[in-house]
Order: sequence, then C-alpha cells, then structure tokens
Amino acid sequence: MSGQPVLEVEDLRVRLRTPRGPADVVNGLSYTVGAGETVAVVGESGSGKSVSVLALLGLLPSGVATVTGSARLQGEDLLTMRPDRLRQVRGPGAGMVFQDPMTSLNPVLTIGRQVVEGIRAHSDLDKAAARRRAAELLAEVGLPDPEGTLDRYPHELSGGMRQRVIIAIALSNSPALLIADEATTALDVTVQAQIIDLVEKLQAERGTGVIWITHDLGVVAGIADRVLVMYGGRCVEDGTVDDVLENPVHPYTRGLLGALPDLAQPAVDGVVPDLATVPGVPPAPTDLPKGCVFWPRCPVRGDARCETEQPPLTVIGSADVVLPHRAATWCTERTFGAESPGVGRTFGAESPEGGLR
Amino acid sequence: MVVLAGVSVIVFGLVHLVPGDPVRLALGTRFSQDTYDALRERSGLDQPLVTQFFDWLGRALSGDLGVSFRSGDTVTSLIAERLPATLTLAFASILVALVIAVPLGTISALRPRSIIDRFATLISQFGISVPEFWMAIVLILVFAGTLGWLPSGGYVPLSEDPLGWLERLVMPAVVTGVVSGSVITRFVRSSVLEALGADHVRTARAKGLPERQVFTWHVLRNALLPLVTVTGVQLAYLLSGVVVVEIVFSWPGLGQLALQSVQARDYPVLQGAILLFAIVFLVINLVVDLLYTAIDPRIRR
Ligand SMILES: Nc1ncnc2c1ncn2[C@@H]1O[C@H](COP(=O)(O)OP(=O)(O)OP(=O)(O)O)[C@@H](O)[C@H]1O
Ligand code: SF4
Ligand SMILES: [Mg+2]
Repeated sequence: MSGQPVLEVEDLRVRLRTPRGPADVVNGLSYTVGAGETVAVVGESGSGKSVSVLALLGLLPSGVATVTGSARLQGEDLLTMRPDRLRQVRGPGAGMVFQDPMTSLNPVLTIGRQVVEGIRAHSDLDKAAARRRAAELLAEVGLPDPEGTLDRYPHELSGGMRQRVIIAIALSNSPALLIADEATTALDVTVQAQIIDLVEKLQAERGTGVIWITHDLGVVAGIADRVLVMYGGRCVEDGTVDDVLENPVHPYTRGLLGALPDLAQPAVDGVVPDLATVPGVPPAPTDLPKGCVFWPRCPVRGDARCETEQPPLTVIGSADVVLPHRAATWCTERTFGAESPGVGRTFGAESPEGGLR
Repeated sequence: MVVLAGVSVIVFGLVHLVPGDPVRLALGTRFSQDTYDALRERSGLDQPLVTQFFDWLGRALSGDLGVSFRSGDTVTSLIAERLPATLTLAFASILVALVIAVPLGTISALRPRSIIDRFATLISQFGISVPEFWMAIVLILVFAGTLGWLPSGGYVPLSEDPLGWLERLVMPAVVTGVVSGSVITRFVRSSVLEALGADHVRTARAKGLPERQVFTWHVLRNALLPLVTVTGVQLAYLLSGVVVVEIVFSWPGLGQLALQSVQARDYPVLQGAILLFAIVFLVINLVVDLLYTAIDPRIRR
C-alpha cells in the first residue's frame, strides 16, 4: 500500500436531472484506493453508491448527469479525460462489474462474443486466441463448461452464471482498478469465495485496487481493508474495517450495525447477517436536508448544529495513522449508545485511542 | 389454416352484408324480371347464403374464385392482372420508407431535441397527417405539370419499358413511402432511444469498445426487432392496395379493383380480393415471425 494510489477521488459531486427537479445524488465524496487495497462501500439502497462509481467511468447518461470534482486513476483525471483516452482506460484501467446481472448483458449476442469483444478492444489477439482467453476467464470465475457457455445466450444462463460472466468481462483486461457493484450478491457462498480468491490473486499479482460495493458485512469483514459508509450521497464514516465495524461513531453506521451480533464472535450458525435496517427512509436526493443529511432519522441529534449545518468529515482519534478513522457527525464525543434503537450493545465507550489501529 | 377458415367465413359474411343488389346493378336501369331471374340463378344468388358459402369455399379451395358479375372474367385472372402493379408499388414504397426512416429515426434518437430531431418530428407529423391525395396532386402539379419531368400516372411493366416503369413508379412510391416512412421513423426513434438506455449498452461502453461498435452491435442490433414488426405491418397495408394513390396516379393495383368491385357489388371479385389480402397478411406475419426467430435468440428453442 505504498506509492501512488490507484484511485484518488476528490470532492466528487453528481447532479442528475429528474422530472422532479435536480437531484444531488453524490455530494462531495473523497477517498483513495491504494494499490492492492480493497475499499468496501456500504450504505442503504439509494445512497448513491452505484451512481458514484458509474460517474468515475463516465457511464451515467450524458445530458442527465453533471459530474464535478476529480477522480485520478493512476494520476490521470478520469472526469476531464478525452473520450478516446477514456475508451482505452475502460477495461485495462478500470473494470466494472454491474449490479444487475439480468440486464447487463446483451440478450441478442452470445456470451462468447461479448467476452471476446472486450478482450479484442484492447489487444491484438486474433479471434481464435481471444476466444481461448475468454474460455479461460470463464473457467476462472467458476463456470462449468466454459467452452459451451461461449456459444450460449444470456437467457440460457441463470442469474449467478450471468453475474460470473460479467465478472469475467470486468477482469478480462486485468484492470488496475476493479469496481464491483454488488458483484457476488446472486452467488452462493462457494462461488463467492472462489471469486474473492480470484480477485485477491489479481490484487497480489497486479496490485489491483478494488472498490467493493456490498450489503454483505461478511464480505466486508472478509476482504476489505477499508470501509466507506455512504448516506445521502456523502461519506458519513470511513476507516479501517476494525475501526468502522468495531467502533462505529456515526449514528447511521451504528444503526446499520445495530442488529448485528458482535462480529468478533462468529455467529453460531456461521452466517453473518446483512446490514440492519435503520428506521425511517433516506432523504430524497431532490430535497436534501439543510443540516446533517441524517438529521431527519437521527435518534441522537445531540447538537444545536445538527439541523442547520452539515457536519464535516473529521478524524476521530489519532490522525497520525495511514488510514485514519473519520466520521461526519457533530456528536463524536458523546455517549449515546442506548438511544439508538435496536442496538444490542453499548457504544460510545471508545477512548480517543478507540479509533487507532 | 384455422385462421384462414375463419377469415373466409368473415370475408364471405362481410361481403354479403354490403347493401345493394349486384344483379340490379349489373343490369342497369331497364331490364325484365326474366332477365333478372336468369342472371340471379346463373350467379347462384338465388341459393341460400350457406349454400352459396360452401359452394364458393369448395371452388376457392381448388383455386377457382369464380367469375366477375360485371365483366365475366375469372376472378383469378383479374387479380393476377393487378398483382404485379401492386407488388411493384408496395415494395418500392417500403424501400422509400426505410431509406427515409432508418437514418432519420436513428439520428433523432441519437440527438434528442436537436434540430434534426425537431425536423424529423415535423416531417413525420406532416407525413402522417397530410392526406395522400393532396401530396399526390402537389407532386403531379410540380413534376408532371410545371417541370414536366415525369408522366402524371399510369403503369407499364418493367419488362416492356424499364425507364417508363421507373418514371411512373417514382411519384406514387414517394407518396406512399413518405406516409409509411413517417410511421416507421417514429418507431425507429423510440426503439433506438430505448436500446440506447439499456443496461447492456453501459456494459459495452465499460469494456472500452469504440463508440461505433457499441452503437452497431449493442444499440442498432437490438432496435432491429421492433423495426421488423413495424415494417411488416406497413408492408401488409401497402400490399392490400393504396386506393387513393392508385386512383390519383391511375395505378392499376388491387386497391382499385377492390373499390370497383364494391361499387358494382361484384361479390366474387370482392371476396377474392379480400381473401388475397388476408393471405398476404398471414404470409407477412409468418415472414416476420421467421425473421424474429433469426434475429432474436430468445425466441429460438
Ligand atoms: N438515471 C437516473 N436518473 C435519475 N435518478 C437516478 C438515476 N440513477 C439513479 N438515480 C437516483 O440516484 C439515487 C442513488 O442511486 P444509486 O443507484 O446510486 O443507489 P445505490 O446506493 O446504488 O442503491 P442500491 O443499493 O439500491 O444499488 C437514487 O435516489 C436513485 O433514484
Ligand atoms: S450531526 Fe447530529 S443529526 Fe447528524 S448524525 Fe450527528 S447527531 Fe445525528
Ligand atoms: Mg446500486
């Protein structure tokens, strides 16, 4: 994790034009992904996770989305890149696994064609060689009968199989950055483990940085170096997995983790539950609260500024670490664990060193 | 086959529902009761309707569609005489329509709300709402009248006079082609727009494919399906005869034949023509289905 980060995102903002007026879906997101590092992004549905990563590669519908800020991939800003350069970067620079496996493949082209075209767009391989490479990739993501699968159409495959095809496409050019949007949700545990192994192998070989969007805290605990919690298009808390999962500071994070048994002790049946549901609904991106985004649902609201002023992302504990623990709330130093509904253990006991690693 | 059987019943029923007495019309105003009865008997019109139907059906199945009340020619020969003109016009029109609609619809979908899009919307609005005869007459006045470049109407077979065939074909084909093309343009625009917004297009872009390749294989290729359907519908409409255009350009097609047979209550001819339209419709549907199977793997087994 030394040297230049793979990705540096700074003050990323996305505004979408919607029938109900402009929607501020991403509001000043900043984070880095180091070489070989895995950043997990968690947050409720609608918190802007997908939009924020689609914006990086210019994949939001043009004319609808306005993206500002900067996102340097290996030093080059993706957001101001010329279209032909962006085309070269998509694939080998950054590969993306899309959230919805049912619609993300073209229904009228064979799997083989769709994998091969991605390979051939960035190499001089002839058709036959690219096809062999495609079959290898399908085998690597654990598809039985890779040769046969090449000649099939998406509708002939199950959701999990399609998802693996999409993963194979994303990995086909050994990207420097892999963006996985709910990449393993449709997969069973064995296949999921296989995919994670594959990604880890790629990380070890190539120093691939990974952004892993997920609802599955088991995956977060298992593969992530860092966690970024998104709410209302903002990062409300980030830090190492241990910091965020063990000592969550932001009331939203605490709510998400609230229903969880202690992660340090594996659950009896070995199953880690998904994120808890926090009471209430997230704010509409067309109508964000003026103060803290979480204010309308926050069980704490322990500060006069909560309603009027957006809390900045500030370091909790020591700033002298490689990966500081940060949270955006006015109430970092208070004890309020018992007020959070559904919280089964006492929060807020963290000493200043609590965030240290 | 079941469909055809149903169609023939309906055809027969409808035709006989047309008010008016064909024999009276055939004989003119002055005739004796004997002549009337004789003719009625000869054409089988004195029989009960059910008998008439099975009679007709039996002969139709063996390829005999009867004889025209009006001219005495066999219906099959009358239809065969008109068929080449109708086929020529229909296919020329659909060609004109596609040549207009595919590029125009595609460009407007690519640049929604642009000048070209607005222009295309205006043109297709125009094409759909302006009466065909008006368009036809304007063309005749300009190109046959003022400029004198084209004959104002008529038809000659391709084999007899290729240049004359083409000259006479241009104006009617443009008129019907513009009308069909307007409808198809809108379809192309909306289906390309829909294909553009599909998730798989995003996947294709994320692979770093050149934009042209994304467009050809992930947008146009998918927009082809609705295009095939609407083209089939338009072709069926064109093949069933475009009466107004045929009349204005004195084009001897099936539309005119059908119209004349209605006016004369010429049941055999009318039945034959409608039966033919029904068959055309079924055949086109079949072809569309086959094309669908060829281009959409989801329908294949
Ligand atoms: N093309 C679009 N046009 C308008 N609004 C959009 C569009 N795409 C997303 N949004 C809105 O942006 C917000 C964030 O959506 P996004 O897909 O990023 O959420 P997410 O965090 O990925 O949720 P999920 O966990 O369900 O995938 C939502 O309110 C959504 O309605
Ligand atoms: S700033 Fe206030 S409203 Fe926002 S999360 Fe913290 S306590 Fe709750
Ligand atoms: Mg999403």
